[in-house]
Amino acid sequence: MYTQDGESYFIVDAHIALWDARPENQRNIHGKQFIDCFYDYHANLSPESEKWSYEEYLYQGGERLMKDLFEDGYVDHAVFQPAYLYEFYRNGFGQTDEASALAAAHPDKLTYNHYFDPRNGERGLDQLRADAERFGLKGVKLYTAEWHGESRGYKLSDPWTYRYLELCRELGITNIHIHKGPTIRPLDRDAFDVADVDHAASDFTDLNFIVEHVGLPRLEDFCWIATQEPNVYGGLAVAMPFIHTRPRYFAQIIGELVYWIGEDRILFSSDYALWTPRWLVESFVDFQIPEDMSEYAPLTTAQKKKVLGLNAAALYDLTVPAELRLPTEVADADESATGPRQPERADLAGASA
Amino acid sequence: MSTRTSTRTGTRTTTAAATDLAELTRAAYDALGVVIDPELDEPITDLGFVRSLEVRPTADGDLEVETHLRLPTSFCAPNFAYLMASDAKDVLDALPWTARVVVELDDHHDSDLINRGLAADAGYRGTFRHEAESDLDELRATFQRKAHTAAMERALTSLLRSDADLAEAEVGRVVLGDLPDDATTAALLRRRADIGLGADPLDRVLVDADGTPYAEGEVPMALRRARSTRISIEGNAHFCRGLLATRYPDEPTEPAFVSVGDLFAHTPSHTTREKETVA
Repeated sequence: MYTQDGESYFIVDAHIALWDARPENQRNIHGKQFIDCFYDYHANLSPESEKWSYEEYLYQGGERLMKDLFEDGYVDHAVFQPAYLYEFYRNGFGQTDEASALAAAHPDKLTYNHYFDPRNGERGLDQLRADAERFGLKGVKLYTAEWHGESRGYKLSDPWTYRYLELCRELGITNIHIHKGPTIRPLDRDAFDVADVDHAASDFTDLNFIVEHVGLPRLEDFCWIATQEPNVYGGLAVAMPFIHTRPRYFAQIIGELVYWIGEDRILFSSDYALWTPRWLVESFVDFQIPEDMSEYAPLTTAQKKKVLGLNAAALYDLTVPAELRLPTEVADADESATGPRQPERADLAGASA
Repeated sequence: MSTRTSTRTGTRTTTAAATDLAELTRAAYDALGVVIDPELDEPITDLGFVRSLEVRPTADGDLEVETHLRLPTSFCAPNFAYLMASDAKDVLDALPWTARVVVELDDHHDSDLINRGLAADAGYRGTFRHEAESDLDELRATFQRKAHTAAMERALTSLLRSDADLAEAEVGRVVLGDLPDDATTAALLRRRADIGLGADPLDRVLVDADGTPYAEGEVPMALRRARSTRISIEGNAHFCRGLLATRYPDEPTEPAFVSVGDLFAHTPSHTTREKETVA
């Protein structure tokens, strides 16, 4: 929980990781390049005071994670979204055993999501059943551009993926997080292309599809499909830290998201350990759309409460203390609507006159 | 640069030759200015992707040029990386005085593969073999269409901001001749030419990639979509510039370059990075 100016916010960090990128776990040079790339993201977008050393960045461990999120970071609940990356790391990048054990020890604070890969066929379906039972899965994190033998990636709209999504439905795994972003060897298959999410979301209306990194660097394509599908959400992982380095760009991202998909379908996340939640939560609560950007309405406190935690709490059935909830009439602003949310704001000339 | 050493040797001939080399280096750099990062819609020279450039005489008395390119991360998409590197090679090859051209991409996860492909002029499919399903033409065309969309939005938003009487629903009727004679308009005309659209003053500004205008009711939404495209492209460019500066803290990120010989003297951004293993 975070309190500022008499308002209290329930905080859900919807995308965190417990990774191990130490040299002994790197399978090849790509393992090093991958964590170097993450570290450059961290170093470039963090305030000077929040910057870690490269060595700290390679591995944090559970104790440090608990402190950064729950003692220092105001977070009430966080969701693991692991990336496997077996081709780069001997024991994978996300640490399944350590993270899931931590979640099992702190069920009130942590949810562990796992992954599947439809290219594993029937065997993978059995594995998903076993994983769902082992971890009590409510969600999965998919990395559609992950390299797998000869394959350079897959689509959510592939027939085999549909078999997995059908099984998710059967097992009560309702939150499908999809990584669309910087990746490994996409070649001509555009790893950022979100068109496959559109197909899957239309065919599995009872599942929620959370596009991480709000489709960046193809924000516009994401907004366009998400505005038409009431079960598509935008995760702010990687977009959040622009609030510090590029606040006007961040304003445009949030402005576009509120316009196209509405305040109920945007989820905060620090993308820990890429960044830490404390400064991001503080900055977001203080944030406002600059006045000269008349094409966007100012952000309200209710909108910030939804983005910072209430939206994710609804997806994961988390219990929100009564004093941190919104009054019913505000909470139901435009749940599940499609199409642009503030069409009157589109009249830029009128708004600025 | 190595050419400066020879200017101090004193003889008239070497001084003249050195001046020529400096001029040719400049000419080569200017030529690289037409190579565009398709995703960011900006020249690779402005983005700081040209890491080094050197023109030198060969033993046979010909001239060769060598340039090294760099990108903000090791994981920048290899198809885009290949496209920019091969475009760079093409523009340098097209200079009348270059007998030999070397283009290398540094510090990328596919550097070895791409550099071998470039050296052999293997083309994209020849370089990536079974992993490449198609040529890069479609990729290039997709991003030229996005660049046009963004340029169109910049021109119309600028017009809306300068003319309070112009309602957004009316921008669908704005024609090229209504736009001011400025850099924004010039940029739009270039993007139109890239995707095969004309420059007639009576041509509508707000059009799709085929040049078809929008019905009046669709205009606000079309402009709004164009705006999200422009924001996406600009945001990516900011991000890539920032990452490049973080990745190469000791090298210039402005349009400038170091000599090839100085490349490996620079310290990478983290102490444990071993440049030799990726270069």
